[in-house]
Amino acid sequence: MELFLIFIGAVLVNNFVLTRFLGICPFLGQSQNMKLAFGMGMSVIFVMTLTSITTNLIHTYILVPLELKYLVTVSFILVIASLVQLVDIVLQKLMPMLHQSMGIYLVLITTNCAILGLALLNVVKEYNFAKSLVFGFSAGVGFTLALIIIAGIRERLELADIPKPLRGFPITLIIAGLLSIAFMGFTGLVKM
Amino acid sequence: MRLWHEFNKGIIKQNPVLRLVLGMCPTLAVTTSAINGFAMGCSVIFVLLCSNIIISLFRRVIPIKVRIPVFIVIIATFVTTVDLVMAGYFPEIHKVLGIFVPLIVVNCIVLGRAEAFASRRSIISSIADALGMGIGFTLTLVILGSVREIFGSGTIFGADILMRFSYHKFGIMLLPPGAFIALGLLMGLMNKLTKETS
Repeated sequence: MELFLIFIGAVLVNNFVLTRFLGICPFLGQSQNMKLAFGMGMSVIFVMTLTSITTNLIHTYILVPLELKYLVTVSFILVIASLVQLVDIVLQKLMPMLHQSMGIYLVLITTNCAILGLALLNVVKEYNFAKSLVFGFSAGVGFTLALIIIAGIRERLELADIPKPLRGFPITLIIAGLLSIAFMGFTGLVKM
Repeated sequence: MRLWHEFNKGIIKQNPVLRLVLGMCPTLAVTTSAINGFAMGCSVIFVLLCSNIIISLFRRVIPIKVRIPVFIVIIATFVTTVDLVMAGYFPEIHKVLGIFVPLIVVNCIVLGRAEAFASRRSIISSIADALGMGIGFTLTLVILGSVREIFGSGTIFGADILMRFSYHKFGIMLLPPGAFIALGLLMGLMNKLTKETS
């Protein structure tokens, strides 16, 4: 039950993009069309779940016993960077088809603050293994949801007559604000 | 003259937030008040300055193939320093900024400047570049923080401005939607103003 609450909480109530402001860069940069957004979203779900598990194991079995907690930031970012690289190589060997459609996004993911943010949030919230797994997966789903919604809106927006200074990023930010208001409607759904 | 140019460009012409659209996450997340924006800006200036100096010093030694991991480790070291110093001396601000202090590691501004500038220029121009970009970032954060604070709580840097006129607080400006909308409008305003002057 608690795991389900974490899922709902991360997807709807505390959406990573719209409420926690993590992963704004890909949210603005990779949301021009649905196909791009979907590819990016799937890669993020995959990497987020993997990162969440790995960093949790490293934190509980290496950093805490050795009292190296101050190395959290350094070690997590290195783990994420090498993990993304590893996924890239493994995919290229085993599933070249999937790699072709996902490859370009993988490179961008290392510097996606949502991934490191997720790993750090796991530490702050003191989640155990199962909870980190669910939290990682649902954070990815929440990110994908927000990305796909905004991509859908931006596709329609190309036909709209927008004041010149607001074209591009400014109007996307304003739409994100309106979407964020909509997501605020979910507040209180889960007591975190 | 050239140094002045390296310094100057970060503030308006290539403002990291409003022009290059980098470092959006901390910009949106921490600007609930002007002082929070200022604290975040100062941390970024420190990290940017130190990492630019170190990377510029070692630019001939770092092998090209592994340069990104090396940059990340250098940046992460300074971020950890800031994080621990802030937790020790300014625990309240550290609590508000939360995970966004360690997240400076993945702030695209810092890594972007390391890759695009410090790894190929002399140390002096790297310092000028870091200061310019850092100040441009801080200015944007303080402006956005002030706007949100004035509308959201009627104060600026904690000093009363609108409250004495029995101002009705526009609370949504302090919540996530306010951040998105305020930044969107600020960016639009910047586009409008710079287009007219140029």
